Amino acid sequence: MIIHHPILGPRDAQEFVYLGDASLMDRPDGMTAGIEEFHEYLYQRGNPAGEHRELWYHEQGDRSWLVVTRNTVTHEITKVELARDVARAKGRSK
Amino acid sequence: MTQSHRISGGQVDRTKTVRFTFDGIPYQGHPGDTLASALLANGVRLMGRSFKYHRPRGPISSGSEEPNALVELRTGGRQEPNTRATVVELFEGLDARSQNRWPSLRFDAMGINDRFSTFFAAGFYYKTFMWPKSFWEKIYEPIIRRAAGLGSVTRQEDPDEYDKGFLHCDLLVIGAGPAGLMAALTAGRAGKRVILADEDFRLGGRLNAETHAVGQASGADWAVAAVAELAAMPNVRLMTRTTVMGAFDHGIYGAVERVSDHLPVPAKGKPRQVLWRIYAGKAILAGGATERPIAFENNDRPGVMLAGALRAYANRWGVKAGERVAVFTNNDDGLRTATDLMARGVDVVAVIDSREGGELIPGVRHLRGAEVIDSSGKLGLKTITVRQSNGKTEDIRVDALGVSGGWNPNVNVHSHHRSRPVYDAGIAAFVPGEDGPPGLSVTGAAAGVLSTHGALRTGRDAAMAALGLTGAAPDLPEAEDAPVRVSPLWFVHHGKGRAWIDQQNDVTVKDVKLAHKENFTSVEHLKRYTTLGMATDQGKTGNVLGLAVMAELTGRSIPETGTTIYRPPYTPVAMGTLAGRSRGKEFKPFRLTPSHHWAKEQGAVFVEVGNWLRTQWVPKAGETEWRQSVDREVLATRKSVGICDVTTLGKIDIQGTDAGEFLNRVYANTFSTLAVGKCRYGLMLREDGIVFDDGTTARMGENEYVMTTTTANAVTVFRHLEFCRQVLWPEMDVQLISTTEAWAQFSVAGPNARKLLEKVVDQDISDASFPYMGAANITVCGGLRARLFRISFSGELAYEIAVPTRYGDALLREMLARGAEFDPIVYGTEALGVMRIEKGHVAGGELNGQSTALNMGLGKMVSKKKDSIGMVLSQREGMVQEDGYRLVGVKPVDPKAALTAGSHFLEKGAAAVAANDGGWLTSKVYSPHLGCDIALGYLKGGDKKIGQRMRIVNLLAGLDTEVEIISPHMFDPEGERLRG
Repeated sequence: MIIHHPILGPRDAQEFVYLGDASLMDRPDGMTAGIEEFHEYLYQRGNPAGEHRELWYHEQGDRSWLVVTRNTVTHEITKVELARDVARAKGRSK
Repeated sequence: MTQSHRISGGQVDRTKTVRFTFDGIPYQGHPGDTLASALLANGVRLMGRSFKYHRPRGPISSGSEEPNALVELRTGGRQEPNTRATVVELFEGLDARSQNRWPSLRFDAMGINDRFSTFFAAGFYYKTFMWPKSFWEKIYEPIIRRAAGLGSVTRQEDPDEYDKGFLHCDLLVIGAGPAGLMAALTAGRAGKRVILADEDFRLGGRLNAETHAVGQASGADWAVAAVAELAAMPNVRLMTRTTVMGAFDHGIYGAVERVSDHLPVPAKGKPRQVLWRIYAGKAILAGGATERPIAFENNDRPGVMLAGALRAYANRWGVKAGERVAVFTNNDDGLRTATDLMARGVDVVAVIDSREGGELIPGVRHLRGAEVIDSSGKLGLKTITVRQSNGKTEDIRVDALGVSGGWNPNVNVHSHHRSRPVYDAGIAAFVPGEDGPPGLSVTGAAAGVLSTHGALRTGRDAAMAALGLTGAAPDLPEAEDAPVRVSPLWFVHHGKGRAWIDQQNDVTVKDVKLAHKENFTSVEHLKRYTTLGMATDQGKTGNVLGLAVMAELTGRSIPETGTTIYRPPYTPVAMGTLAGRSRGKEFKPFRLTPSHHWAKEQGAVFVEVGNWLRTQWVPKAGETEWRQSVDREVLATRKSVGICDVTTLGKIDIQGTDAGEFLNRVYANTFSTLAVGKCRYGLMLREDGIVFDDGTTARMGENEYVMTTTTANAVTVFRHLEFCRQVLWPEMDVQLISTTEAWAQFSVAGPNARKLLEKVVDQDISDASFPYMGAANITVCGGLRARLFRISFSGELAYEIAVPTRYGDALLREMLARGAEFDPIVYGTEALGVMRIEKGHVAGGELNGQSTALNMGLGKMVSKKKDSIGMVLSQREGMVQEDGYRLVGVKPVDPKAALTAGSHFLEKGAAAVAANDGGWLTSKVYSPHLGCDIALGYLKGGDKKIGQRMRIVNLLAGLDTEVEIISPHMFDPEGERLRG
């Protein structure tokens, strides 16, 4: 597979490490959320046959975390974003 | 030996002779021959025995689709089984042998299987060897495997090298027949970067096997000119002997280049084969088509071949497959074989055409509406039995028969992404369907366009379209454009004998009928029940035939019946090619520590730790057993001073105005209160509350920290921190960089550690100015920048000192030389382990990915006053149980008793069953200070059992001994020594 890195252009997927569902960025605040909420966050995942947003890490590259939108059936990648930009857009801060 | 069957013409170099042997018998051929063409030239038809029935077999094809003529090449480490004689390029001294026969090819004792063929029909194994169950693995399977088989592998190491490479292009053209050459010419002339790959050693594809003219020249000569033009273009890369074996995601293609297979041994410095990964902007599949046979009784005798192959041997290699030849066809293309052979003076005794109509070939006995219904000849074809249109049967004496059932487009690569081929009734074959790999177009015969003109035209047009070329299209040379005229005939209805469909796996029409009878009627069931198409040729000649027979039996149409699809690789790929250079130690190279050379000089014993090679212990003269060395290292360190290379620990520089807060979040304990110039032990959890890693982190400046991780987790911790920084808290002002490779780091431990370090450190490091848990940027040896941390893993007065990596070796030697008066020793990972277990520090055995801080006795470190990774879920009910596992120390009541890690805790008198299990020992060493084995372990409710006696049981090791549960801090529990 080839992942079109938003900064570095097309890169072979072998340079990356896969983490999983991009919902892992929606971590609750540990000072306000309880066990139930963290359990949902950490363990509950969709498993779509089709479009899937997922986190990839450019370990053999610039160490960017990326959000890759990939079709799990065809492997077509329709969007690649810096995870930091996505997190900021979601209002994540410090 | 004379080449009795060599005729005029062809593209072999008759000025040179190549000598080779087959089953020990010497033969001669010419450069340009394949093993099969050379053997046929010498009148040898019998080349192998079949998989299951050990039937005598010869080649049916002239290419990579060959199911029968599998041979073993070379000897020793280069021995290679299951190569197809039809694609093995002849070279001087080639040593080839038949396989799957004993004692000889002509007399094979296992031929007895053929007599019992009724027992070996499809599903036989499943039905017969069901009972008794225990017999399967030990008795049935070994016997069956011996009887049914391919070649043998050598047990010796392959002496050759295999490589991997990466290529990029605008257009990859797969196959260099007329379509591929025209596509490459079109793209090449437009200045595009083109790769043209073909599995053959001679480019031109089918043009080399035909007599058609292309333009003013013969097809073969036109190919030579086209190749010459392409070779002169700097933007075109021609890859002969290169099989594009698979289409992968996003325009990536795998290709195997056989660099040296055609040579006795590879040239110096050259690999045997290269596995290429080709990144293609666009790709064109011009892989041609494969002829399929017509099944009739005993159609597998040596001498029965595909008509196109018979023609190829005559036209390309100047070889006649027999003295008296017949052709059996259901289509016009089969007739070409008869006319081509006749033109070369071969005696064509009959053309058996299953069709009633069509044109008659002059000058030959052309039987229309006739069928071949049987053949005879023990080790090779002697006669065929023909049923004429009037129903009369007649035996005709022939020693070669060309069979043509039509041509199947080579859709293989196009279906690698699960695209289903669709049936085209016009050519009675499957053509590429929808949803092939994006960017891949199919041209020529592979697309079902079976004329030369059609190939040239679609090749050009596909290249224009794929690359979006807008200029004038190149002119096409004139070429034949004959229509396809085929009347489907899959198998001949006659008699009760066996008619072969898949010759490599010995699947017959009968087997398909049996599958149908037992209701395995879907193509996928048919394939698995009969093993149709599951041999190494993936059923290139047999698949379509098999499903057509099933269609006829079920009364469904062929499109309704459907077809199976292909997976990579297109043709078999050797394991060594896939491994490339990743072989032996090169699969996972060692990382060496800065003290490695010093340690090697001392005769140190090394141990693999992750990718690292670390010193395990350093034996002194006279030490004959490892424990002597390790005990000495421990005692010497605790008595005076020892040095250990700890460079392998992960080191991460963390800087930024939010660095302190960042550490607060990633560590379970508090870091924001750490003063500049101080270190603190940090405990890192996973989000699920399990301990991830531990280490010390030092605050080197206001906004500057240095974190250490365990050796094993150096990479994953860094990855995790980047995740936290970029994804969870994107606005934090924190920067990270791994400095594991930048600093050589040594632990200096023991009562004389400070005195030794004072010999190299430029600054004052007295207890007052550099107290316990201090950290500072310093200089050593008169100005070299260094870092010093006063931390201890051993429980001794200890420091870790770091210098830029390239000075690590020098620093070690300086410390040993300048501190000689203290008798310093260098200790390895074993002594390190002894001392940390004596001190009760957790490491690998305890940081097992299943344990919480509470389990480790570190529960109080998890601060609930701040948010940190894993804090919330570490409080889950199941993880905070009062009587859960707790880290304890263990020593045997009898000091001579040996403990074993992994052994289990049991109460005295309790039966050794899982229900009574109290926990297990995680790490065990011999403590020279306590004079007995000691261990750490996780014990249920262990914190309340200190001082109690239990049993340690290991049924595998025969261990059952009484132990005392003690505090894990077994040495200097008050920590007086490390503050000294």
